[in-house]
Amino acid sequence: MADLKNFFDEMFGTGERRRESYRDYHQWLESQDTAWLHRKSAEAETVFRRIGITFSVYGEEEANERLIPFDVVPRIISTREWSRLVRGIQQRVQAINAFLHDIYHRQEILRAGRIPVESITENDAFLPQMIGVSPPGNVYTHIVGVDIVRTGEDEFHVLEDNARTPSGVSYMLENREIMLQMFPELFARINVQAVGDYPKNLMRSLGACAPRSCKDTPVIAVLTPGIYNSAYFEHAFLAGQMGAELVEGHDLRVVNGRIAMRTTQGYTPIDVIYRRVDDDYLDPLNFNPQSLLGVPGIFDVYRAGGVTIANAPGTGIADDKAIYSYMPEIIEFYTGEKARLNNVPTWRCSEPDALHYVLDNLSELVVKEVHGSGGYGMLVGPAATNKELAAFRNKLKATPANYIAQPTLSLSTAPILTKEGLESRHVDLRAFVLVSPDGIRTTPGGLTRVALQKASLVVNSSQGGGTKDTWVLEE
Amino acid sequence: MLGKTAAGLFWMFRYLERSENTARLLDAGFRLALTRSTAAENEWVSVMTSAGIKQAFIEKYERFDTTHVIDFLLRDQSNPSSVMSMIQSARDNARLLRTALTRELWEVTNECWLTLKELLARPIRERELPLALSTIQQQNALLGGTLHGTMMRNEIFDFARLGTFLERADSTARILDVKYYLLLPSVSLVGSSLDNVQWETILRSVSAQRAYHRLHQGDIHPKGIADFLILDRRMPRSLTFCYLKIVDNLTYLAKDYGVRHPCFEQAERVLARLMDRSIDDIVESGLHEFIQEFIRDNNALGVQIEKDYRFYG
Repeated sequence: MADLKNFFDEMFGTGERRRESYRDYHQWLESQDTAWLHRKSAEAETVFRRIGITFSVYGEEEANERLIPFDVVPRIISTREWSRLVRGIQQRVQAINAFLHDIYHRQEILRAGRIPVESITENDAFLPQMIGVSPPGNVYTHIVGVDIVRTGEDEFHVLEDNARTPSGVSYMLENREIMLQMFPELFARINVQAVGDYPKNLMRSLGACAPRSCKDTPVIAVLTPGIYNSAYFEHAFLAGQMGAELVEGHDLRVVNGRIAMRTTQGYTPIDVIYRRVDDDYLDPLNFNPQSLLGVPGIFDVYRAGGVTIANAPGTGIADDKAIYSYMPEIIEFYTGEKARLNNVPTWRCSEPDALHYVLDNLSELVVKEVHGSGGYGMLVGPAATNKELAAFRNKLKATPANYIAQPTLSLSTAPILTKEGLESRHVDLRAFVLVSPDGIRTTPGGLTRVALQKASLVVNSSQGGGTKDTWVLEE
Repeated sequence: MLGKTAAGLFWMFRYLERSENTARLLDAGFRLALTRSTAAENEWVSVMTSAGIKQAFIEKYERFDTTHVIDFLLRDQSNPSSVMSMIQSARDNARLLRTALTRELWEVTNECWLTLKELLARPIRERELPLALSTIQQQNALLGGTLHGTMMRNEIFDFARLGTFLERADSTARILDVKYYLLLPSVSLVGSSLDNVQWETILRSVSAQRAYHRLHQGDIHPKGIADFLILDRRMPRSLTFCYLKIVDNLTYLAKDYGVRHPCFEQAERVLARLMDRSIDDIVESGLHEFIQEFIRDNNALGVQIEKDYRFYG
């Protein structure tokens, strides 16, 4: 079955022997009838459709709601692998918060010459309005989604630190829910660490970051751009799970120096806003004046300590793809330790030597827009046609600073259920991290994204990727 | 609760109620069209008038032809009162206020939308109509059952119910408004078969023929029908029944919030006018005027509820 033989496989490693972490599952799987698994798979799809776990794809008709394909074969991570990942993830997230505080205050890292001044000052993701602002508890990134890829038994790389408004956690939770419903006997046989506490932990984490002036139980709201946003399902899901209000910009206004929501009984103040609206749209008075999604004046209330915004405005400077390339230096600068998780080697096309190399080797590289996300606007060299390569070469030459390039990684594979039986497909992993003054917490599990097309390396749901339940085993 | 959420609930349940009423009107009209093809065209005109979409229909079609009527009432997305448009709007609202609904209620709403989208993907032929209508009714019944079986009896429930009963009162009143002349003693030719069929149709369009016959041992007469639809407190689609419910729900809200808004007095006034009169009084002082006044008051109450509970600002 392992037809992508040159890659590390989560179930089989580099050979035909299944790995220890998959022992119990594999035993179970061997005794299952494939037709029955297919029926279960169809059942899962029906349930997902009924629940309405859909996303809309930008550029398509609004009525087009798509399901993210779900694969019933879980991705399994051993306790040991996971604790190693967690140490690396938490080190990184800690460094990111220290970096953000520094970059919006004394800028020691620039003074020390560890990263170039222009990488900050000339970066659109840097928010000058945040200079001198200290969010409650000094937490900038309350929620982080770290994307990790594996290339070998002991080789993990961080592909992206999503430190703005990472999505996907609702899929992690719903995937587990559906697996529990469909294969209860598996969970009786195998000790899988629970992920279901995430909403409760998120609630606590956000509450712990309430403004200092908040004395009672903090009032928390989720701010969504609305039902046409591609991640609306998740916004509603999280608000529902937390028992928080789901608000849009037009439900809110500034009342007596606080942010308040319009209720059936008048305006009620909010302490913490988990916003799923980008910085630029947050406040038409302070940022993009065209924005209808935000709340006029919210940033002034924020600066005055009247409300907590999670994640803090301006965190994009930490997960910007150009800054990403400096993460090893950033981690060392703030933690005094070497990075525990590798970066993917990255060429910054703004540098002439790097650009030269990238142009010469374009067909072997993956090129990404510095400010892009969701797999939009990226080039996968080995999969591109000559025409696409030529077009991209022109774009690179025109605005080199807009791009970074990375080697095409040999992403690990994991088996999925296809019409032809089990087949290998490439996967990555998004780990979900919560930060509060009480510490950093990584949910044991995450969202495994899988490229459904054979040999494809693009796992983004907007580009035809699917998901799997992700199991972290209990020792 | 957010004002927007209250608005979403109110409208979600108005839309659902309206879709059910549209299906019921179509059912009654279709029955009449089948049995008396000469009366069909007239009947379709009154169905469209009751549903408030006659003008829109005329702009699109030249004749009140059964095939077009079915399509316009069930599937036409350009008709905001078609069953499909209503379900789409109800589901949009449900998405907007997912956090206020139980998981069960959201799922049933979503499934109802999926089912009807599939059912109404292609034109419904006459012989498929009864089955299609019964599917629509079943889906609505599922929604109603899930609302009652899973939702807390709190403000969320109150706003949902207000939407249902305001819409239902409007619908019954519109049916009466279009057919009132059949219920007046002066024009009615008691015993003529035409009127019998017309009366049956009125009862059928509020799903009340069985109940009515049980009450009156099969003796069908116009004043009895008017009494049944306007004043009977046991009949779930009568104006009085709807207003008893509306006043109940506004009372719960007033208690919960500790405030009595103007809408409360307004609803009580409407109810009082229904309670302190017999059907003879109403007919004597003008059935048509009475119904038209009711429709105006009912609309005004909706507007006042919006204002008092800050739906939009």
